[in-house]
Amino acid sequence: MFKSMKSRIAVAAAASMICMTAGATDITGAGSSFVYPVISKWSAKFAEKTGNHVNYQSIGSGGGIAQIKAGTVDFGASDKPLDEATLDKFGLGQFPDVIGGIVPAFNVPGIDAGKLVLDGKTLSDIFMGKVTMWNAAEIAKLNPGMKLPAQKITVVHRSDGSGTTYNFTHYLSQVSPTWKSKVGEGTAVNWPAGIGGKGNEGVSAYVKQIKGSIGYVEYAYALQNHIGYAIMKNAAGKVVKPETKTFQAAAATADWKHAKNFKLLITNAPGANAWPITATSWVIMYKQPKNVEHTKVTMDFFKWAYEHGQDDARSLDYVPLPASLVKQIETYWKTEYKM
Amino acid sequence: MQANRPETAARDIEHRSRKDARHDRIFRGILRFCALLVLAALLGAALSTLWGGREVLFKDGFHFLTSDAWNPVTDNYGALAPIYGTLVTSIIAIVLAVPVSFGIALFLTELAPGWLRGPVATAIELLAAIPSIIYGMWGLFIFVPFMADHVEPHLADTLGKIPFIGAVFDGPPLGLGILTAGIVLAVMILPFISSVMREVFQTVPSRLKESAYALGSTTWEVVWDIVLPYTRSAVIGGIFLGLGRALGETMAVTFVLGNSYNITASLLMPGTSISSSIANEFNEAVGLHRSALIALGFLLFVVTFIVLLIARLMLRQLAKREGK
Repeated sequence: MFKSMKSRIAVAAAASMICMTAGATDITGAGSSFVYPVISKWSAKFAEKTGNHVNYQSIGSGGGIAQIKAGTVDFGASDKPLDEATLDKFGLGQFPDVIGGIVPAFNVPGIDAGKLVLDGKTLSDIFMGKVTMWNAAEIAKLNPGMKLPAQKITVVHRSDGSGTTYNFTHYLSQVSPTWKSKVGEGTAVNWPAGIGGKGNEGVSAYVKQIKGSIGYVEYAYALQNHIGYAIMKNAAGKVVKPETKTFQAAAATADWKHAKNFKLLITNAPGANAWPITATSWVIMYKQPKNVEHTKVTMDFFKWAYEHGQDDARSLDYVPLPASLVKQIETYWKTEYKM
Repeated sequence: MQANRPETAARDIEHRSRKDARHDRIFRGILRFCALLVLAALLGAALSTLWGGREVLFKDGFHFLTSDAWNPVTDNYGALAPIYGTLVTSIIAIVLAVPVSFGIALFLTELAPGWLRGPVATAIELLAAIPSIIYGMWGLFIFVPFMADHVEPHLADTLGKIPFIGAVFDGPPLGLGILTAGIVLAVMILPFISSVMREVFQTVPSRLKESAYALGSTTWEVVWDIVLPYTRSAVIGGIFLGLGRALGETMAVTFVLGNSYNITASLLMPGTSISSSIANEFNEAVGLHRSALIALGFLLFVVTFIVLLIARLMLRQLAKREGK
């Protein structure tokens, strides 16, 4: 018995030696809470395969940007892309990691999930506080034959700064000039109407509780909380459902080729099957890193995730990047990153 | 030999008193350090929030203090809506909590049978131990629907119809809003106020109370004319302790307040408070937005300080009147 224990210790010691010689690298990242679930799932699998650990702290996109600027992490993650001036100033590069869909979620007794049709103009008028009743002519026109109740609309928005809000308001700004001039886009905006819930879960909870309410949440939250979601008329004039296929169509039809540093929001994408409110999240890294080893491992990690992490992403209701986009990112790495 | 003894004794005493004096000095030093530490921490926190918020606080004169705008897109910030929400929810909380606390404390000290005092007192103290996020969740999932379905529609239909006062109770019955936040806060500060009141009511000498009873006073007269005047300053201290907690409460308020930068007369409408604004937005705030939130933190210091100042002045006024 003593012997077996000894040998076990020896094996453990040997194993740790092997790990050490193989050079297990721990890399750290911080930022967006939107990507946290999928990155932590990827990192667990990646560690099994390679022994390299990815520590990701979900401190919010703003925090992630601040941390990468300060150089305290190997990569930052943000739901809002950095502009060219900032990237150049700090010598940073950015590329997308995952796609998600945002859906208008509502609670109107008598109308089921996936039945209500909305378009961008009407959605912005609702959030503007201009369309105030569920049986308003604007909504009735999009839903011929549907029995709409004479109920007041209560708008629910995010109270915390968030990438979801950024993508949602970006969409509204694109489809409505009034929204663009009066409210604009940002991680937090001056909402003309409604109440604020903290986080996707806060908005989900409010929408579930308040009859006649409408909010916007990530697709996964609407699914998991069984909240009614609307289907949307997209830029091509076609009514589409929120699902992996339409999210991916939005990413594929977006004009990535002409977007420098992948600074492109894929809301209101032109494709016939594109879901109009699709959001991207970005990874931000130094182009000439101080720690080349760590940056290499980070790239290996995302390369592995693009190729092998797709099912994990899908299981968490994210959408993996389309193959054409992954190819562009790999070219971007080769041309932009000097290591 | 014998002649030597008093000498050594004197030396001993001298030695000891010197030692005592030294110990006293060290002890005094330590105590002073402890006291100064609190001051230093307070001053440090106040100054660093002032420094962190300087970009917004001193921009365009008093714009930050007088504007009710809050627009992160155009970087235009004003603190009026959060200050309003903080003050109104806290006032509602105090108005509701003080009479109830007073009742609880009186019942426990004057009327309750002995076997009931212990359990009720413990239950109230347990109420103080519940983390505020639990109050928030309870508020959101249980109390908000109750308010929306059973309380607010009736308020809007009855009080809301009265001219002038009606504006205060007018609005959609969302369940969320200033009134709900105030009520949740009242439940939260109730244990603090009532346990302070209970403690001080117990300090009233039974001689005084019994004399009053002997003169034929009712329980109410004893409480109003003997117990309250005897404990007045401590009671006010307890109330302000509760008020201080209500002003700074964050999580529970964030859950039920509605988080909307409005200033409305109606208590049924959503609002925002200083601490909930910070909790909501700090994570993703950069640049001027972050500065504005830190400046809000500084204003919370100022608001709390003013409230404490008012408490002090009230106490002094009372003392003066009694001295007359």
